[in-house]
Amino acid sequence: MALVEIREVDKTFQRGSERIDVFIGLTLDIAEGSFTALMGPSGSGKPTLLNLVAGLDRPTRGSVRVAGAEVSAMRPNQLAPWRARHIGFVFQQLNLLPVLTAYQNVELPLLLTRLSRKERDERIRLALGVVGLEDRLSHYPRQLSGGQEQRVAIARAIVADPTLVLLDEPTGQLDARSSGDVLQLLGRLNQEFKKAIIIVTHDAHAADAARTVLHLDKGRLIERQGAAV
Amino acid sequence: MRFLHLVLANLGRHKLRTLLTTASVALALFLFASLRTVVTTLDAAARFGSARRLVSTNATGIVFPLPLSYANKLRAVPGVEAVTWANWFGGRYGDNKRFFAQFAVDPQSYLEMYPEISLPEDQKQAFFRERSSAIIGRRLVDVFGWRLGQNVTIRGTIFPGDWTFTIRGIYTPTDAVINDDMLLFRHDYLEERVGRPGIAGWYVFRIDDANHAAQIARTVDGQFKNSSAATKTGTEQAFNASFATMWGNVSLLMGTIGLAVVFAILLVTANAMMMSARERTGEVAVLKAIGFSDRIVFGLVMLEAAAIALTGALLGLGGAKFLYKATNFNAAGFLPGFDVTTSTLLLGATVALLLMLASGLVPAIRAARLPVVQALRRVE
Repeated sequence: MALVEIREVDKTFQRGSERIDVFIGLTLDIAEGSFTALMGPSGSGKPTLLNLVAGLDRPTRGSVRVAGAEVSAMRPNQLAPWRARHIGFVFQQLNLLPVLTAYQNVELPLLLTRLSRKERDERIRLALGVVGLEDRLSHYPRQLSGGQEQRVAIARAIVADPTLVLLDEPTGQLDARSSGDVLQLLGRLNQEFKKAIIIVTHDAHAADAARTVLHLDKGRLIERQGAAV
Repeated sequence: MRFLHLVLANLGRHKLRTLLTTASVALALFLFASLRTVVTTLDAAARFGSARRLVSTNATGIVFPLPLSYANKLRAVPGVEAVTWANWFGGRYGDNKRFFAQFAVDPQSYLEMYPEISLPEDQKQAFFRERSSAIIGRRLVDVFGWRLGQNVTIRGTIFPGDWTFTIRGIYTPTDAVINDDMLLFRHDYLEERVGRPGIAGWYVFRIDDANHAAQIARTVDGQFKNSSAATKTGTEQAFNASFATMWGNVSLLMGTIGLAVVFAILLVTANAMMMSARERTGEVAVLKAIGFSDRIVFGLVMLEAAAIALTGALLGLGGAKFLYKATNFNAAGFLPGFDVTTSTLLLGATVALLLMLASGLVPAIRAARLPVVQALRRVE
């Protein structure tokens, strides 16, 4: 069984009197333990697909299942705890809360769990260690480089050991070197820690780091490269 | 508790803004407590007084005197046991920065009428003996450092000239009906200095039974109804209340000002809270994306509002309570016993709670209902 199952999904937005069909009958599967890149031109629906998988948005029609759960049928009060347990999210920008240190930012998802302070501390240090920032615990985002900020965001995304890590343009704001560091880290998370990862990207280097690349255009899956489900 | 550091961190985001918002809440509640304490103090003063003491003033107004000859006629009214009289002097001492009341009183009958004025017997006798003597409340000793035997000169305003009194007694009130910062001097000294006009500001008389008060008051007023100085007689409590309301409807005025201040601050606080929430739209969206529920987000914003309101309440209400107590404030003698009551503190805390709800609810609901996708798209 695939980790993510998208079946006959339509997604329509209404902008004033204009109806915008982002997806019409989209069907695709994403395997457990995969590292998938979603590519395509602007307006192809990449972030929308990510939002549907994370339960941040609902399909107009069709179903989205993640790890066996019908995300598209969940009520709002069920979605938040489900997301906390199963999804790690990294955004292109605005990832970190500027008033919190790297340590406190990474702690955020754990505040929603029943873990003790000691257990949380162990997890935070482990996650920041994985991303190579164990020496930046008490740094605020403004004291970190763009690449380091993104790595803290990744640490936050994995700290609660989610089923799936979703990244929206994780290298979009980074220079080549930082971008390389982040992609290397993602590859390691996927191979070493067996984390399923989906990234949305315009960056061909980022797509190269993934094992599967899905090309979207005008709301349709037009090409699949790499490992099949 | 695990979210406390998040709330504190958000409050510390714009320290100056948080400080000013908290200070404005504190100031509003301080003013609220102060204005309400004026009302409660006046109300309390109006409640003091003996049910067996009646007061007669000139029916035209308290500033108009009554003939001194009324004393004997009052004594003759059935049910009246004792009569005394007094005059408001209204003098100024020194630079007049510290006002205190002075009254010309008939010494024997006045002290007999008011056993609440506790005075050592030898000092009482000295007051009875010496025409230019005066007795003072204990607070005036604290304020001016006066002592027994000292001559004190007061500049008359209603009765012009310099009036020098020798302090022969220091009294201690045994009941709140008596202020502890009055200067009482002899009425016959006043009469002598101003050419014996034979006037009294008001009369106080003790009656045999409090249940006869209304009937005796009617008898007294009926007796002088057709004279050149008709009287208006009422209980001592009513007399005190009339002093309290001399400035008009003080309670209504103070209450209105208090509410206006609180409302103005509510707008300031609500604006600050909404501004703060609006600035964090993207961050709220991120929190929700990582699993923070609407309920938690709502709670976080409300906790911020609560922290501001609670700190403001502690500073404002606590400050008012402590400051007035520590400085023994009494509005230059006009508001004796000025103290922020427990009911005022509770009311202030309720106002703080309402302030928290009113300022926090809108941004909290907005944050809770924020659609994550739209918020992220708007920010990006």
